[in-house]
Amino acid sequence: MLSTRFILRALGVTLVTLVTCVGCDSASRRSVGLLGSTSLQPFAEVLGEHYAKKTPGQFVEVQGGGSTAGLQAASHGLADIGMCSRALTAEEIRHFTPILIARDGLAIVVNAENPVVGLSLGQLRALFAGRVLNWKDVGGKDGPVRPITREEGSGTRESFVRLVMGDDRISRRALTQESNGAVKELVKGDLSAIGYMSLGLVGNELKALRVDNVQPTVKNVLAGSYTLVRPLLFVTKGAPGPAAQKFVDFVLSPEGQGLLEAEGLVRAR
Amino acid sequence: MRVSPAIIQRIAVVFMWALAAITFAVLVFILAYVLLHGLPHVTWSFLTQSPANMGRAGGIFPMILGTFLVSGLSVLVAAPVGVATAIYLTEYTHEGRMTAVIRFGADCLAGVPSIIFGLFGFVFFAITLRMGLSVLSGSLTLALMVLPTIIRTSEEAIRAVPDTYRQVSYGLGSTRWQMVLYVVLRSAIPGISTGIVLSLGRCISETAAVMLTAGSALRLPRSLFDSSRTLALHFYILSREGISMANAYATASVLIIAILALNLLAYWLMRKFVAKVGR
Amino acid sequence: MKQDKIIGAILLLVALSAISGLGLITVFIFREGVPIILRLGARQFFLSTDWEPSLGKFGILSMIGGSLAVTVGAAAIGVVFSLGLAIVLTQFSPPGLSAALKPLIELLAGIPSVVYGFVGVVTLVPLIRHTLGGPGLSVLAASIVLGIMILPTITSIAIDALQAVSPTYLEGSIALGATRWQTVTMVILRAARSGIVAAVILGMGRAIGETMAVIMVAGNALEVPHSLLDPVRTLTSNIALEMGYASGAHRQALFATGVTLFVIITLLNIAALGFSRRRPARSRVG
Repeated sequence: MLSTRFILRALGVTLVTLVTCVGCDSASRRSVGLLGSTSLQPFAEVLGEHYAKKTPGQFVEVQGGGSTAGLQAASHGLADIGMCSRALTAEEIRHFTPILIARDGLAIVVNAENPVVGLSLGQLRALFAGRVLNWKDVGGKDGPVRPITREEGSGTRESFVRLVMGDDRISRRALTQESNGAVKELVKGDLSAIGYMSLGLVGNELKALRVDNVQPTVKNVLAGSYTLVRPLLFVTKGAPGPAAQKFVDFVLSPEGQGLLEAEGLVRAR
Repeated sequence: MRVSPAIIQRIAVVFMWALAAITFAVLVFILAYVLLHGLPHVTWSFLTQSPANMGRAGGIFPMILGTFLVSGLSVLVAAPVGVATAIYLTEYTHEGRMTAVIRFGADCLAGVPSIIFGLFGFVFFAITLRMGLSVLSGSLTLALMVLPTIIRTSEEAIRAVPDTYRQVSYGLGSTRWQMVLYVVLRSAIPGISTGIVLSLGRCISETAAVMLTAGSALRLPRSLFDSSRTLALHFYILSREGISMANAYATASVLIIAILALNLLAYWLMRKFVAKVGR
Repeated sequence: MKQDKIIGAILLLVALSAISGLGLITVFIFREGVPIILRLGARQFFLSTDWEPSLGKFGILSMIGGSLAVTVGAAAIGVVFSLGLAIVLTQFSPPGLSAALKPLIELLAGIPSVVYGFVGVVTLVPLIRHTLGGPGLSVLAASIVLGIMILPTITSIAIDALQAVSPTYLEGSIALGATRWQTVTMVILRAARSGIVAAVILGMGRAIGETMAVIMVAGNALEVPHSLLDPVRTLTSNIALEMGYASGAHRQALFATGVTLFVIITLLNIAALGFSRRRPARSRVG
């Protein structure tokens, strides 16, 4: 039978072990810390993984938190690099150094069975503002329109608002989902839904609409004819440190850019 | 026409058994749904490898370790505090204003939702105490969250120890502390452990609070100041971002199996305890 | 006996950690959240439905309404099932069977809320969308998922309350010729009333505080719902959705959302404590 004394002793030993562990320094092993946009997080993880494989002894730690949190983290030194999936505001540009690592098309997605193939920017705005409530008013079948938006503060949402909504506000009836994947699942299952997401994540199960008659493709983004495009940024406060700079160099190298292109993004230059 | 009370009773009982059947069917459905989709993907390499390609490939070893560290440490912190509180309430004081205050604190703490614990842990441990998003912030937050459960179950276990044990101990000339340590605690340990095991289960399942305090780094945590993603959060991220459904289900299966095992352990400990104190 | 005193004092210090933890939580959440309520005015914050952080508009009335809607829905479902379970397990089931089924209820409590939310999204939500219409993500979906999640809480407390009723009541009632069911409804439920009310209130506290499952199944739209099939945003999902991104006034407003939630839950807890302390009074048995 376990005696009380034995259990107390076991507790003591474990505590001591843990306390010793507290003593180990984590910063010395983390070469580069990234924090920010959840849209960028998965791509940064892929880049970090390849980078660590290529350069032994280097660790890249990637955290989510959102674009704005990324900026804060970069400014407080909580992370070496902030990740931001939207253009910086005029105010922010004065404080930070943005590094364009890739561009991302913003695709407007509907259910694969929705007969609508394209919308004008004006129609899109009216649908998301809740001024047009029936698909038949924009050339679709008779039925309600259910816009799906992202949560306040998401870089994807802010880019969408800036590129599409202008001064209009997104309808309060819009469903709010906290990730690209959740938007995708919802549009996949609902004939009435319309959403927006990163072009690289659309896949084959949804239909990406033409906007002002331009098909959302990587080619059209590169050519500049598809206009719903947002920058994906690494942001530092001042110049990046040597370790961070090496990682940035890797990301901007043909190899790094190739990895991002394989994920469906559009290269920086 | 008057329906006989016996028939009403029969109808009522059938209705209530139907409700019970639905409840247990839901339980079985959820478990089966997750396990059937997930178990085929749970392989040895899935359990022992690091994730690759943001979790699309590879395994979940860092999350298993992260979950273990966060939950283990939180219980390690909460258990001594909780048991000491229970000892104080049962053996070292009489019911009065002080016990009322302590119980009120524990009861209110028990009702605080996990998202509030998350907000608190984020401001207090991560920012004010400069622990950052880390295993330490996460586990201290969870420790506070499960503290009331441990206090309550320990108190019940200690109260269930027959008074005759205490009288015999005093009769043999032991001090109060000796009596508590060698007689009461020793008999109550299986009961106390039940509470601890259930708390461990609660830590493992928690998502909202760890998301705001332990962060979501995919890498293997190497110290308590590293951020670590737990299994529950990994499942949430995999399934919501649509990264890999197969791996999401597999992660959920591992989570469910851990919970099942802990519940079985708690059940076994409880039976042992009941047998011991002869309730 | 001096040693005893010292140990007692140490234990007391440790025992105060729960209440200190509660105090710390209160202080830190309030310190982050209350200033913005004062600055905007309680009216602006609590009685406006206009939540548009980028324009500096922080009104949480829709979220308060949303939380109440899903909580009432969950309680309605949870209470029916829990009371049925509690009554049948304490009064109409062979003791062996009850003993075997109770750990299963515990297990229901152990399933992580993300798993509840996920299974809800992939099974319940499409079912509602296809059979009843609407987006599927709705007050109804959230109520059902939460109803299942709070069932173990209500059931186990209700079982305790029912078992605490003295068997003499049962014997007396049966002796007077009542059936077991009549006894349950007329005598036992009344005697256990305060405990059951406490169970329901605690269950509602669980429902209003649940986060991850609700984010996944409620739809999170800002509009005040008009029907059970409309999507809804709760106080908890508002915090969890936007917290990662927030800074400045927005972050404060989310903490203020937390303050609101904390106050509502603490009031519910105190109410539940009040009820559960009340012993089943003899005079109230009719």
